[in-house]
Amino acid sequence: MLLPALLFFLVNSYFPMVGVYYAFTQFDFNSGLFDAPFVGLKNFEFLWKSGTLIKLTLNTIGYNLAFILLGNVLAIVCAILLSELRHKWFKKLTQSIMFLPYFVSFVILSVIVYNVFNYDSGFLNTLLARFGAGPVDVYNKPLVWIFLIILFYLWKNLGYSMVIYLAAITGISDEYYEAAKIDGAHIFQRIWYITVPMLKSTFVVLLLFSLGSIMKGQFDLFYQLIGNNGVLYNTTDILDTYVFRSLKVTFDIGMATAAGLYQSLFGFILIMTVNYMIRKINDDYALF
Amino acid sequence: MHIKDDHYTRLLQGLAYTVIILGSLACLIPFLLIISASLTSNDSIIRDGYHLIPAEFSLEGYKTVFTFPDEVLRAYGVTLFTTLTGTTLGLFFMTMAGYVLARKDFKYRNTFSFYIYFTTLFGGGLVPWYIMMTKYLHLTDSYGALILPGLMTPFLIILMKNFIRSAVPEELFESAKIDGAGDFKIYWRIVLQLSMPGIATVGLFLALTYWNDWFSSSLFINDTHKYQLQFHLYNVINSASFIANMGAGTGVSLGADLPTESTKMAMAIVVTGPILFLYPFIQRYFVKGLTIGAVKG
Repeated sequence: MLLPALLFFLVNSYFPMVGVYYAFTQFDFNSGLFDAPFVGLKNFEFLWKSGTLIKLTLNTIGYNLAFILLGNVLAIVCAILLSELRHKWFKKLTQSIMFLPYFVSFVILSVIVYNVFNYDSGFLNTLLARFGAGPVDVYNKPLVWIFLIILFYLWKNLGYSMVIYLAAITGISDEYYEAAKIDGAHIFQRIWYITVPMLKSTFVVLLLFSLGSIMKGQFDLFYQLIGNNGVLYNTTDILDTYVFRSLKVTFDIGMATAAGLYQSLFGFILIMTVNYMIRKINDDYALF
Repeated sequence: MHIKDDHYTRLLQGLAYTVIILGSLACLIPFLLIISASLTSNDSIIRDGYHLIPAEFSLEGYKTVFTFPDEVLRAYGVTLFTTLTGTTLGLFFMTMAGYVLARKDFKYRNTFSFYIYFTTLFGGGLVPWYIMMTKYLHLTDSYGALILPGLMTPFLIILMKNFIRSAVPEELFESAKIDGAGDFKIYWRIVLQLSMPGIATVGLFLALTYWNDWFSSSLFINDTHKYQLQFHLYNVINSASFIANMGAGTGVSLGADLPTESTKMAMAIVVTGPILFLYPFIQRYFVKGLTIGAVKG
């Protein structure tokens, strides 16, 4: 009964691992796996020398750190505030509304971005025109997109992580709060000294899970928002989008495999190191 | 007895309501923008841009979408088919795997668990996988290419395993075995019956992934008849020649003054429609499933 799963991962995950050999070849689509001329580390060398690898790594890790940290902090704050709301129907309604963006596709997200920032008729420029300001061409401003990408990530994922934290908050026994109340702690003290520490283990678990994918991460988001807009690559290109473009647009198979292998390997080492350090500090939190 | 709120509590209440209302608006307004734009006449959009409330109400956007409904309907069909097949197959395989791995008397469960988990740590990357799919499995332009990639994920298998372990007590396996039930019978009659909330959650996750998938189409599908719904929308948004294509081959000539902007937005609404309609029902299960998962760790 386990067979379908084993077979699936064999074909879908383990066989392609053999394909990392392409990273060391001058690949073209017509030749078989071992016919392609072997070029050693040339592909890596080129990626390294052109500065692409460093830029991609910094972008990838930078964005993911921002996603993880801001995402979790914001989710905790919102979950706490939401749990303090008095009207039950209002609580349910707002929770549903904030969870909604998680359900729509990234293509819809790109429609939204188009609707708001499009130069000719975007909502933003319509608004600016009303206040007598000139139009802004957001698609030409690489730096702005750092904030936009993070903003839209938060927009889409806040509701989801909020629900997880909300569940953890609901799990905290009322007795703690009663006792603190009797001791004269006001509501901010109760939140700071009871709720926040109680959420620590949930936070750590979510943190570790997301660290595992720090080298991958959110291809859909970046690709749907940026697409093939080269003006923005400097600040918005991550390993995933680079590999995808190399495969589908520039057909640079060897290079794309090299970048992909680097991504996997770097991520693997990163997780192993983090896991090792965590195990040293507190065994309970280690992933494996 | 009602204790009067101190000013800290009132402060927090004010803060909570303000932040949550603002947050909800931020999540809602983008959708209103699209809906409004889809109901605005194209001339008005070109002249004055998008507004939150339609400046000139018009249904031309939707009219254009439904003048040539073939492509939309076909894309709907493809997505519906892949979602149903993928979710059913995926659920079947993953619950079986979860069941086997949850059985404490299965000797190699740690080995196989690691075998599955390892794929999240290290992989060949996109390109070798792409070559595998196209060159060795010959899945280009087939429904298999749309269904296979999302079929199983280690995360969902582990979720399923944990859920079965907590929902089905170990003794039940024993007693069923003594009564003469085989492994498959135990799985079918006992495990599946007791794990419904877990199955619902995993199933929803799967269905949502399939429904929102555009990536598989963009990688593997060249035949426009097999485009998924989301990829169809993606093309509508990104190609200026879309309207021209829609008219091509139908013998109807379309002028240059077609409501392209409002059509794009109307198309977005048509694509999102089912999700928005089902959302209130789905959402409850998601919250429940996530809550169970989070509390159980």
